[in-house]
Amino acid sequence: MNFLAPIGRVFIGFLVATGRLVAFAALSVSHCLRPPFYGRSIGRQMIQIGYFSLPVVGLTAIFTGMVLALQSYTGFARLNAESAIATVVVLTMTRELGPVLAGLMVAGRVGAAIAAEIGTMRVTEQIDALATLSTDPYKYLIVPRLVAGVITLPILVLIADIIGVFGGYVVSVHSLEFNAANYLKLTWQFLEPLDVVTGLVKAAVFGFLVTLMGCYHGFHSRGGAQGVGAAATNAVVSSSVLILAANYMITAAFFGT
Amino acid sequence: MSAPTDKTPKIELRGLKKSFGAKTVLDGVDLKVGTGESVVVIGGSGTGKSVMLKCILGLLWPDGGSILIDGADVSALSGRAREARNARIGMLFQGSALFDSLTVWENVAFALQRRSGVSKPEARNIALGKLAQVGLEADVGALSPAELSGGMQKRVALARAIATDPEIVFFDEPTTGLDPIMGDIINRLIVDCVRELGATAVSITHDMASARRIADRIAMLHDGRIVWDGPAGDIESSGNAFVDQFIHGRAEGPIEMAVRR
Ligand SMILES: Nc1ncnc2c1ncn2[C@@H]1O[C@H](COP(=O)(O)OP(=O)(O)OP(=O)(O)O)[C@@H](O)[C@H]1O
Ligand SMILES: [Mg+2]
Repeated sequence: MNFLAPIGRVFIGFLVATGRLVAFAALSVSHCLRPPFYGRSIGRQMIQIGYFSLPVVGLTAIFTGMVLALQSYTGFARLNAESAIATVVVLTMTRELGPVLAGLMVAGRVGAAIAAEIGTMRVTEQIDALATLSTDPYKYLIVPRLVAGVITLPILVLIADIIGVFGGYVVSVHSLEFNAANYLKLTWQFLEPLDVVTGLVKAAVFGFLVTLMGCYHGFHSRGGAQGVGAAATNAVVSSSVLILAANYMITAAFFGT
Repeated sequence: MSAPTDKTPKIELRGLKKSFGAKTVLDGVDLKVGTGESVVVIGGSGTGKSVMLKCILGLLWPDGGSILIDGADVSALSGRAREARNARIGMLFQGSALFDSLTVWENVAFALQRRSGVSKPEARNIALGKLAQVGLEADVGALSPAELSGGMQKRVALARAIATDPEIVFFDEPTTGLDPIMGDIINRLIVDCVRELGATAVSITHDMASARRIADRIAMLHDGRIVWDGPAGDIESSGNAFVDQFIHGRAEGPIEMAVRR
């Protein structure tokens, strides 16, 4: 019987951690809906999270679009189905790779930074100090980041979609010798608004997850530099896993039968 | 709950308890601080002095006992009510806890700008005034806290704690890390806060000279309880073995430090 005890302990630990995270998320969201709002902080976070992520997301998108065109060409050429390349590129980018890759890049760049910043504020008692200075730490630190994440990630993904499609276009037209006008026509042909919309819905969810995990791990970090380091690592790992899991669930909800 | 009278202590702790895991830090602390009184809490390192202040501020949840401010129990307050209560309290943290993303003057003006809707230039002027009171020039105001020495950070934190002229101020080791002259300036500032602004002050210090200078009353925390509490003038003749050992800084006595020789 004894071998069951450790399993039970791990399971209970998991439930406790999940419960704490859900409670944290619920409290944070409830603070998003109640004044006061710190508009300036939201603006600053939008620049931090959105604007400064543009280069890395843009580079990821263009290379992904290019490799998509190249790979689908080697596959489809054998079936004489080269005309499907444009459709493959645009659908893969808008539905899956745009949001997932942007989400993962932002998780690495922003999630870690949020966890490290808030974690340092926690271990140096700056969060305690906020509470003694008439400022709710949830409103001042967490709400601006969550709101900025949910708003800016869809914008980033929209840009990534366009850049990714452009990458596929460049490869197709310049090295695979497609007709430019024809390629663009094929790109639009099978693209439906729903494809883009699901990508943007995913992006908003991912933006929430990345900033939430950064805030959560930072807020609950303890034990000096080591604790802050662990918080940053945990924020990146957990938000990346959650992104991939949520991606599957949203896809299943929209396109599953 | 009765209406506060002159007799109602500003702050009263009744049987305050706090443990971290299996480790009991506060084990029934009883302390009364009258309005306009300056109480200094002394006690060995790690006896829970900072924890006691954090419990009063609601930064840590006590495990037992009650905390009364103006006769009203505040130990279970949360959210808005806690914010309103904390708005009347200023706190100097032991580690300064300055916001490193803001400049020095923004740190000092933080609560001013948030609380009373004071305009930015006004808040800046008040902040620079407070900085001058702790002996810092106006040009320090534009620096970031990381560019200051430890003692300067402490003084900025002190200026931030008193920026809104709070009714109650907590000073956690206000003079640690300061040179003797600056230490005395800070002592005088704390005395002025109490005498002129009528604030109620609770200070923590290891510096007995500073304690004698700023305290109306001194309380000693040991083993999770207040073991002695009396007027500052009586500290030499307390007749309490713990207090005697502490104020004379002797290694031998009833307080045993866990040191291996
Ligand atoms: N957040 C915490 N988690 C776990 N233990 C804690 C925490 N905060 C304080 N403690 C423990 O409580 C005890 C009292 O800490 P506290 O900071 O109040 O000491 P102190 O009396 O202020 O000492 P000093 O004079 O050195 O500042 C310490 O033994 C510390 O280990
Ligand atoms: Mg302390």
